[in-house]
Amino acid sequence: MPDKSKLLDKEAIRRSIVRIAHEILEKNKGTDDLCLVGIRSRGVYLAERLKAAIKTIDEKEIPVGILDITLYRDDLSLTSSQPVVHKTEIDFDIADKNVVLVDDVLYTGRTIRAALDALIDLGRPRSIQLAVLIDRGHRELPIRPDYVGKNIPTSLHETVEVRLMEVDGADEALLVKKE
Amino acid sequence: MVWTRKDLLGLDDLSREEIELILSTADSFKEVSTREIKKVPALRGKTVVNLFYEPSTRTRVSFEVAAKRLSADVINIETETSSVKKGETLIDTGTNIQALNADIIVIRHNYSGAAMMLAKHLHISVVNAGDGWHEHPTQALLDMFTLKEKLGNIQGLKVSIVGDIAHSRVARSNIWGLIKLGAEVTVCAPKILIPPAIEEMGVRVSHDIEEALHNADAVNVLRMQFERDGENAFPKQVEYFKNFGITKERLQKAKKNIIVMHPGPLNRGIEISSEVADGANSVILEQVTNGIAVRMAVLFLVAQGQDKKHENTD
Repeated sequence: MPDKSKLLDKEAIRRSIVRIAHEILEKNKGTDDLCLVGIRSRGVYLAERLKAAIKTIDEKEIPVGILDITLYRDDLSLTSSQPVVHKTEIDFDIADKNVVLVDDVLYTGRTIRAALDALIDLGRPRSIQLAVLIDRGHRELPIRPDYVGKNIPTSLHETVEVRLMEVDGADEALLVKKE
Repeated sequence: MVWTRKDLLGLDDLSREEIELILSTADSFKEVSTREIKKVPALRGKTVVNLFYEPSTRTRVSFEVAAKRLSADVINIETETSSVKKGETLIDTGTNIQALNADIIVIRHNYSGAAMMLAKHLHISVVNAGDGWHEHPTQALLDMFTLKEKLGNIQGLKVSIVGDIAHSRVARSNIWGLIKLGAEVTVCAPKILIPPAIEEMGVRVSHDIEEALHNADAVNVLRMQFERDGENAFPKQVEYFKNFGITKERLQKAKKNIIVMHPGPLNRGIEISSEVADGANSVILEQVTNGIAVRMAVLFLVAQGQDKKHENTD
């Protein structure tokens, strides 16, 4: 059995979401021209939770889109496991909007690089910001998050698993030591 | 479900799951064509060669658009203006294209089995864009994609294919694909255009167009190729339209929401009336749009086909 330790529990995830929602509103001075874009798959659920948290604070509905970055990956011809292409569903215009990209774990930064390219192909946002639940370090590209649930220093022999109620039946973040 | 094939040669070889994977991948690609920037970088740096031994504009253009929306580089070889005229064999042409480090050959050929022969001799991907009377898999896939989009599910649908079944690769690919996905297929044509023992493919045969349309959820109208008959064509055209043409009057006796498909190009007034081709039941232009998404999915999947990687490590 791989060695697992809990980084965040249900309550910690909830508090992180609420705090990030406050930070997003503070930085953007409200909800005008604000939108959220979740990166498939778990970023989508986190974006929906942020939307709900923002509504609780500011009583405003902000649009949420779904970004699939498969077609923008830089390792398509290298991966042994074949990625499945899903839909990008952003049914609002991102031009001149402040877009907050949402993902669960920030690691090498390559997913975010792909997401930035994918977003910019859809229009020219005024700004793109990045919110992640966990930043585990080991960046390979000059990318940094604007909003972080928790910074977790990790080794390369570890992985971080975020599990969310919507898909995994529980809310928790685990640090897993690879064997 | 993981796609492992380096080639797409026909629907006869594919499993139901493979067909469903192509259709669901195509569904994800459809949105790309609605963007202002209609391009994704998935096949950036890959070279797709369209090798067409038969005249074809729509299929060739559809593959070209699909490849370009995936950021591949596309080269079109039309054999009228190539070394094929100087007697080069298909295999030699193929190995030369492979030696250019191309990644995918899309081939249209007048001989059944040409795509398969090429695929066996090459380690790069081969996509069949129509071989003789054998198969035209991407046309059948886009027909099924359109049906699925309109009606939700192929399972249990009643689909009638009307026209020259004997000489139609579109019919053959559609029959294989539709039956794998659980549709009930009827083929309808004059006796001379129905190949012997077609029932063994699992279809029902009808020679009565009104009976074939009755209760059908969709009708796929094939193009009649009377132009090959030269000046004898006209009386046959009139007779065919009278007995098998899809007209407004005939549709009125069918299901109200019957879907009318046609692979194009249309012969208005021969196999289909203008009223029907341009009418509310027709999805003919949506088929053209969907063809791009389906061909993007096929190019994307074969480019990652894993059996190619095994061969490269030999």
